[in-house]
Formats: sequence, structure tokens, C-alpha cells
Amino acid sequence: MTATVTGTADDVRTAVPAPVPARRRRRWRHRGAEAAWAYLLIAPTGLGLAVFYLWPVLQTGYFSFTEWGPFGGHEWVGLDNYRTLAADDEVLTALRNTVAYTLLGLLGIPLAVMFAALLNRPRLRGVSAYRALFFLPVVTMPVAVAMVWRWLYNGDYGLINYVLSLVGVEGPHWIADPATALYALVAVGIWTSLGYNIVIFLAGMQAIPREYYEAAAIDGAGALAQFRRITLPLLSPSLFFVSVLSVIGSLQLFDLVYVMGGSGQSARANPAFPRIQTVVHLFYDKAFYTNDRGYAAAIVMALLVLIVTLTAIQFRLQKRWVHYG
Amino acid sequence: MAERPAAARGGRTATHVTLLIGAAVMVGPFLWQFLTSLKTLSNAMKVPPTFTPDWRWSNYGDVFELLPFGHQILNTVLMTAARTAGQLLFCSMAAYAFARLRFPGRGLLFGIFLSVLMVPPPLFVIPQYEIMADLGWLNSLTALIVPGLFSAFGVFLLRQFFLGLPKELDEAARLDGAGPLRIYWSVMLPLAKPGLLALGILTVLWSWNDLFWPLIVNTDPEQMTLSAGLASLQGQFQTDYPVLMAGSLLASLPVIVLFTVMQRHFIQGIAFSGNKG
Repeated sequence: MTATVTGTADDVRTAVPAPVPARRRRRWRHRGAEAAWAYLLIAPTGLGLAVFYLWPVLQTGYFSFTEWGPFGGHEWVGLDNYRTLAADDEVLTALRNTVAYTLLGLLGIPLAVMFAALLNRPRLRGVSAYRALFFLPVVTMPVAVAMVWRWLYNGDYGLINYVLSLVGVEGPHWIADPATALYALVAVGIWTSLGYNIVIFLAGMQAIPREYYEAAAIDGAGALAQFRRITLPLLSPSLFFVSVLSVIGSLQLFDLVYVMGGSGQSARANPAFPRIQTVVHLFYDKAFYTNDRGYAAAIVMALLVLIVTLTAIQFRLQKRWVHYG
Repeated sequence: MAERPAAARGGRTATHVTLLIGAAVMVGPFLWQFLTSLKTLSNAMKVPPTFTPDWRWSNYGDVFELLPFGHQILNTVLMTAARTAGQLLFCSMAAYAFARLRFPGRGLLFGIFLSVLMVPPPLFVIPQYEIMADLGWLNSLTALIVPGLFSAFGVFLLRQFFLGLPKELDEAARLDGAGPLRIYWSVMLPLAKPGLLALGILTVLWSWNDLFWPLIVNTDPEQMTLSAGLASLQGQFQTDYPVLMAGSLLASLPVIVLFTVMQRHFIQGIAFSGNKG
């Protein structure tokens, strides 16, 4: 192809110095074209992310130091919003509820591990049917899920209280009773995400070589010992992934609370609402119901700090218990 | 095997019983929803509850009177289709560049993309809303669609797929004189079908079920999506529950059908994003 490079490297260097830069330039031009294409291909998503995601994050940070007037204008108020926030009972309650959701929601993980382990039994019939049934709530519209559960939880006509009455228990008005509302919502959250977690755990378990279990069985290890010594350690990356995802998801809980607990006037009419209000719901309320956007921005910045902190703690603890094979 | 047959059989029965109970808890609410959707209001409010439906299929028609349901179905379909098409195109372009092309600033740019992935959505929402308001896009299909065309997650997922394809492919195509665009379109895209399918399915699922953004930008009932429209009925405790159940079922049905048909790809997509993302 190129006649100039047929000689040895010595020839080129001593006799004809010019071709080397020429060749370099040609390759560079090719690289330049490659880079130009790359930037062009990245441009749509890059611009979209910059305009609708990156710049907005910075703006929200800025807004959190401003106060908004009724017509959208805003002025700098320094740390005022954060000072108010630190003493605001409503915010502190929402924060406490959100953390409670997150911690209680983690109870779904052992449940998912148990079902995945049952589904992972060799030559078990109907695995894909079970998996599909457990997965159904994952794909169903959250609003529809919340509607059904609100109906099931209904204190007067609900199916749950009817079933309880059969065994002589008088059930509460689940989501209208401050004592039970939070737990009732957590249960739905776990119910919704169970199938998703099972799929991830099952995939993780199926990647563990059968031989490990056979060897352990020969050494006399029972099913429980095998689960503790083989399955759990080798499943730890999936466990870590699911727990990080579960924490991030629970901290942003909104749909369930919005549909089951209400918003605006209807939320204020529910005596249990202060017990189920979450940070994101409060953010929504402040930003788009009472139009207090500066304060809302401060609330959501506090959420960001919470998420970053909890995730960082999880990554820090990861070294102690997660084994990558 | 090392297991004793009798013990294994006993364990197997216990396994199935546990799984069946679990499955019943998972499916029960949907059956109750279906049963309720076919009752009259007075039958639905009976104490104790009855298990006999009145076969009132007209409840499904009544949803269209309770809400501008037809408009909302159309809005949801168009929003989901546009977002999915946009993400598949834009994300695959960027993912191909990040995975297969060399250019200055690649690592830095990808890092910036990843950082978007880690920020919780509520942080974007106020400025996004302001942009929509400034452009006069509130209460329109455009507001529902535009921010959803771009996804850092999609770029990340597809990049993983493109990285997994053998190096020889583009080298061979390059020797044949194909440029980056040609390689992207005719070599990489056809090979990335499983990845595109996974991203497509996940985008349909998230878009169809999305509540937060549609709720904020479109407040006119005719411009709402299904999930926002149904949610707008919350708080009206006098609402006809059977009709509400019918509406909920109708709204979630398309994604449930899609899931049933493409179950294997769904599960693979989830397992893939779960174990590598």
C-alpha cells in the first residue's frame, strides 16, 4: 500500500526523514476523523443530558439558597432554607418516615433469597411459571397496584379485614390508622419488589457451580450448612447490589404514598398521613402544590446528602462481607 | 445423588407448598381486582365481601366517562413509543462511540454520563419544569416526551453490550473501508439486538408506569397519561371502586401482556442490568 515504509526502520530514519511525519500525519487525520465521528454520535445524548439533567442539578443546588415569590421570581436568601429545614417538624418527620421505610424495606431481601433458593432446587417443576407469577407485580403500573391495595386495606369493605375476621381478629383501618399505616405501605413495597429481587438472586445462584454443592454433600454438609457456607458468600455481590438498589429506591418512595395516602387537601384529611409522608412526597407538595420551590430544593438537597451518605456507608461496609469470585 | 429419595420428596412437597402460598399472595390482589371490576358498587361494598361478580362489563366502558381515558391511552402510547425509539437510537449511538471508538476525553465524558445515573430524579425536576414552562410546553405531549429521550442508564447498558463484541469485527469492517457510521449501523446494531431489546423493554416498562414527571407537567386531564389520570382520582373516596378497578386493570394490561409474550427477554434484561449494571 505505502511504498515509503517498505525499507527497514534504519533506512527510513537515516535516508528519508520526511515520510515519517507524513505517515504520522495521515494516521492522525484518521484519528481525527474517528474522534469527530465519536463526538457527533455522542452529541444528542450529551446535549440532552447536559440541558435536562446536569444543568438542572446545579440549578437545584442554587435554588436551595433562594426564596420564590408567587410569580416565579426568586431571590438569594443564603442559608435561610436550610435553617428553617433543620427545625421544621414536617421535614424531620418525613425524614424519619423515609429512613423507617428504607430499613423495614430491607426485610424483603431475606424473603427474596428464600424464594430464590426454593426456585433454585435442581429439577424443580414449574420454575418459570412461579417466576412469572412472582414477577407480575414488578411490571404492573404502581398506581394500579396502590389502588388495589387501598381497596384490600379498606377498613370496612376490605378483603384483608374480612379474612382476619374469620379467625376472630378485628383489623384496623390500615392506611388511615397512624399505628399501622407505615407498615401497611412497607408491606406493599416489599410485595412489589419481591419478584425483581428473586430474579436477580436466582441468576446469581444459578451461576454457582453445582460441583461445590456435590463436594460439600460428600463432606457431609447438610442443606443448611451448604446454604450458609456456599450460597450466601457466593451470592454476596447480588446481595450487595440489591441492598444498594433497595435503599436508593426506598429513599425516593413517592407513588405509593401519593396514591394511597393522597396529596394536598385529601392528604391533610387523613389522620395517618404524618406517619407515611416521605421526603419526595413533601418535596412534591412544596414545589408543585404550595409553590415554595426554594424550600423544596433545599429539602431535595437534604435527600441527596442522605442518599450519598447511606450509599457510601454501604460501599465502605462492602469490603467486610462481599466476596467477588 | 447424595440426597435420600424420601427426604427429597418430602422437601419437594414443602417447597411447592411454600411457593404456591407465595404465588397466591402475588396473584391474589389481581384476581380480587378483576372480580371487583365486574361487580356493581353495592355488591362491592357488601360486608362480608362476596365472591360472586355481577359480570358488569359495562364498568370497563364507564371508565371512559369517569376520565378522558381514550386521550390518556393515546398520550401514554405516544409518550412510551417516542421515548423508547429515541433512547434506542441516541443511547446506541453514544454507547457505540464510548465502547468502540477512540477519542480524547473519552474517560472523562463517560464519567460525567455515569454521574447523571447516580443523581436521584427529584433533583432534576424543578429546573426541568421551568424549562418546559419557558418553552410553553406544559400540558403537551412534548413535555411528556422530551426529557425521556435521553438516558445515561441506556448508554451504560448498551456500552456493556458493545464492549462484549469481538474486536476483529470492526477491524475487518475498517479494512473493507467502512467508516464509523457504517460500522455502527450495519455491523454493531444488528449484533446488539439482545441489548437493544432489553433496553427497549425496560424503557417501555418505566415510561408506561411513570407517574412523577407526567403528574407535574400535564395537569389538564386530556393531556395526562394513564397513571397520572388514575392517580388524579385518588382522594375521591366516593369514587365507584368497581370502575376504578376496571380502569386500573385496563391501564396495566398492555405491559402485563408485553411481559407475558416477552418474558424471557424481560427476565434476561433484569438479570443483565442486575448482575452487570
